[in-house]
Amino acid sequence: MPVRIQTRDFDAGAEIAALRRDNPKVGAVASFIGVCRDANDGTAVTKMTLEHYPGMTEKALEKIIAEAKARWDVMEVLVVHRVGELKPTDQIVLVVVTGAHRGEAFAACEFIMDYLKTRAPFWKKEETPQGARWVEARVSDDEAAQRWEPPKSSAA
Amino acid sequence: MKIKVLYLASLREQLGKPGEDLEIPPATSTVAGLRTLLMARGGPWQTALAQGKALRVAVNQEMAQPTTPVKPGDEVAFFPPVTGG
Repeated sequence: MPVRIQTRDFDAGAEIAALRRDNPKVGAVASFIGVCRDANDGTAVTKMTLEHYPGMTEKALEKIIAEAKARWDVMEVLVVHRVGELKPTDQIVLVVVTGAHRGEAFAACEFIMDYLKTRAPFWKKEETPQGARWVEARVSDDEAAQRWEPPKSSAA
Repeated sequence: MKIKVLYLASLREQLGKPGEDLEIPPATSTVAGLRTLLMARGGPWQTALAQGKALRVAVNQEMAQPTTPVKPGDEVAFFPPVTGG
């Protein structure tokens, strides 16, 4: 399963080992781990709750992975995303991409994260000393995702 | 026609329910039409679904546009811009 949504923590080392096990064609493994911080927008965060849209989440992530595999010469992709209650220092998300060479693996990994942040239906609610608040989407995340859009044709 | 509507994350809290089964007039055949129909309930519906609010809609778990058709049996989800990762 290239996509897993779970409440429990993950072990990146074990996940990477499983993803590239017995595959002598793999020459590069790129990975990203997103972690819960103790502050956001200048306010302390004591806890966060992540919710998602079961069914659509898996479909959206599988579509993003399929697009990454179509754009870059990579082999295996794994996305693990946690939901439920998380505390600062907890791991939130893991993306692993294997391939023959680092360039394609790095690019595919970054693309998957940028698209996950703008297209996969997850929402964060933070607990702060002032009370609970839903995290607002960032314009910078949209801009990061837009970098990967194919260039628009200049033809009218 | 019968459809299923879901309200997720902050929208669920603003509207006070996670979703509902709805019987809508056949003329309400698009996402934009459904949004207008729900806004007409007034109160939090009017404010939470107001035009200009950052809102995303999925039809049958695929991202949709205002012009996306709504058909009998569809699952239509309203939610704020996503913030995972």
